[in-house]
Amino acid sequence: MKKLLSKRLPPLFHIKNGNIIDPFRDKEFVGDILIKNGKIVEVGEKIEVTDEVAVCDVQGLVVTHGFCDIHAHFREPGREDKETLTTGSQAALAGGFTTVCVMPNTDPPLDSPESIRFICEKATDLPINILPIGTITKGMKGRELSEMSAMYEEGAVAFSDDGLPLVDGGVLRRALEYSSRMGVPIINHAEDPTLKLTGQMHEGRWSTKLGLIGIPYVSESIMVSRDIQIAGFTGGRLHVPHVSSEKSMEYIRNAKDEKWLVTAEVTPHHLYFTDSDLEGYNTYLKVAPPIRTEEDRQALINGLKDGVIDCIATDHAPHTVEDKESPFDWAPNGMIGLETAFGASWYVLFENKIPLRKVIELFTVNPRRILGFELDLFRYGVEAELVILDVEKKWVFNEDHIYSKSRNSAFIGKELLGYPVGVISTNRFYSNDETFFSKYMT
Amino acid sequence: MGFLRHKHLLGLENVPIEDIQTILDTAFTFREVLDRPIKKVPTLQGKTVVNLFFEPSTRTRISFELAEKRLSADTVNFSASASSLTKGESFKDTVQNIEAMKIDGIVMRHPVPGAPIHLTKYVDSVIINAGDGIHEHPTQALLDMMSLKEKFGELKGLKIGIIGDITHSRVARSNIIGLKKVGAEVTLCGPPTLMPLGIEELGAQINYNLDEVLNWADAVNILRIQRERQGVNYFPSVREYRALFGVTKERVEKLDKPLTIMHPGPMNRGVEIDSDVADSENAIILDQVLNGVAVRMAILYLLLGDKPPEDKD
Repeated sequence: MKKLLSKRLPPLFHIKNGNIIDPFRDKEFVGDILIKNGKIVEVGEKIEVTDEVAVCDVQGLVVTHGFCDIHAHFREPGREDKETLTTGSQAALAGGFTTVCVMPNTDPPLDSPESIRFICEKATDLPINILPIGTITKGMKGRELSEMSAMYEEGAVAFSDDGLPLVDGGVLRRALEYSSRMGVPIINHAEDPTLKLTGQMHEGRWSTKLGLIGIPYVSESIMVSRDIQIAGFTGGRLHVPHVSSEKSMEYIRNAKDEKWLVTAEVTPHHLYFTDSDLEGYNTYLKVAPPIRTEEDRQALINGLKDGVIDCIATDHAPHTVEDKESPFDWAPNGMIGLETAFGASWYVLFENKIPLRKVIELFTVNPRRILGFELDLFRYGVEAELVILDVEKKWVFNEDHIYSKSRNSAFIGKELLGYPVGVISTNRFYSNDETFFSKYMT
Repeated sequence: MGFLRHKHLLGLENVPIEDIQTILDTAFTFREVLDRPIKKVPTLQGKTVVNLFFEPSTRTRISFELAEKRLSADTVNFSASASSLTKGESFKDTVQNIEAMKIDGIVMRHPVPGAPIHLTKYVDSVIINAGDGIHEHPTQALLDMMSLKEKFGELKGLKIGIIGDITHSRVARSNIIGLKKVGAEVTLCGPPTLMPLGIEELGAQINYNLDEVLNWADAVNILRIQRERQGVNYFPSVREYRALFGVTKERVEKLDKPLTIMHPGPMNRGVEIDSDVADSENAIILDQVLNGVAVRMAILYLLLGDKPPEDKD
């Protein structure tokens, strides 16, 4: 298994001269962070340390909260040939993530308190926080509610039948009502299967040209609209995953105006690619919901600008080479995304003049707020979860940068902006940059 | 290497007009061969072509096989249902195993759009697309163009109607692309549920009134219609389809000029086309079938044939 370089932190670790971005207080300053036994002692402009201390001078680099991904597939249990909790953790660290929520569409699905406990117990030894999302319905069949409360007690942080939309509005209503007691969101993959049918890519001029059956944008927006209305009606907490179309944005905007408990995420690949990139039938770009038009892409970027979309989530979806080598219609949906998430997003958002502080929020406090996690990671006594970023580095992503067990990334060969050079998590220092690592961890 | 710009024939989209003309000219030469008592030439002697059919086909497969045999190539046929393939050996393994047996060309029919493009990544053989899902069917479009050229002498300025299920038709797509390249005009007609979004961008007009299209056109290409596809009904009944889009005897008799009738087959007589129309003297449906062999001979020769001796120094 491919692993990042890593070393246990010295008892006192002093990060100096970093461009510190505190997304919780919305502050940015050049300063220091002092970590003792893996926990934050102080974050400030200049920290004087008298004890013996290991110093890590990160001048010119950004230091901020470790990233949080609320939408990833680690395929365990069931498809350990594609990814495991262990390999997924390495992919996460390589991308600057210290907290990852894993989706329950495993085999068997995470639809019981026992399966939630299985994930939580396995995760205790891993270098990042892995938090499971439980299914909404038993067996993800869309009919009977799972034991949400018991799963919540075992550590489930949200509920979703990921990949399988709740077609039955009544089930969604009851799920939203039932989960409101726990205050955790219901995440419904919004794609109406009666409108999607056997669709393979966004329906438009490119699907017509390529002869692939199209998936109309209404298949998403109609379900987003329905879900939001049910959320408004019940007062439940709804999270809309991987928004892909301009039309869906209108409904989410409206829900926010109404002050309903609705949040939304977008993936880096929906921000980076458009349907015209599918010319050549690259199965790595086959995702659900599909990559849509340039207009949709611009709408998603604007949604991030004005806060209609709350955060970026990867939808990291590992698949084997064989799966993705099959002809387009037979290839499964999804691409890996943890390693490229920040570099791809910052590349696009920098071009669109969104400030770095705002982009950092999309990876840190905003996703954590959706799931009710600790927001102030610079507070005294908090387990240190930090990422060190070279935000000016332009780099071309290639297979060597992949730590996931799978390689299905459409970003291979693409230029990205911003590189996570180091991560602090679980009292250890991680890096995939040998020069950087050896400078501080000899 | 062959005589055309590209190594393969994956679709008409990337074929330059000069190559379309070369193919058609060569096809007319082979058409003469087909009228001889001995219909075989030694052009592809020693070459091996595999007909790889992942989808049922009668006429296209026989047409290719005959074309290969008339050119003296060795041929092997492989038919598999797509479903058995998805479960067992992968597409890549299947084609790489076949190629390992030393072959020169692959003629492939596949239910998934883009599959021939996929194939180019895994094998070195020359690839001829015999239909990929609803994407393209270039040899069908070329044989349609050849038949039109035979009938009218000139393709430029011809007015062609394509009638039926445009969404699910690779024949329609390749025809639109090819006919636009040679300067013909194309109007599409069929139920709006079977008209794909943005098809006008390929350069075709849309008219939902069949009588107007028949009046306008020099020739119509009538597509086979299927009421149901994968459990979805695209129009209410065959009766209603026939009433709106069926090329009936009454409709054709009303016209004040002869209308050339084409159909890529297989026909649903009495549904999209009346028997009286299909068998009328203006129908060139069986010429299409014969020209299909000639066009496929031309393509096989142009892609797989050795250059003439004078070019070989």
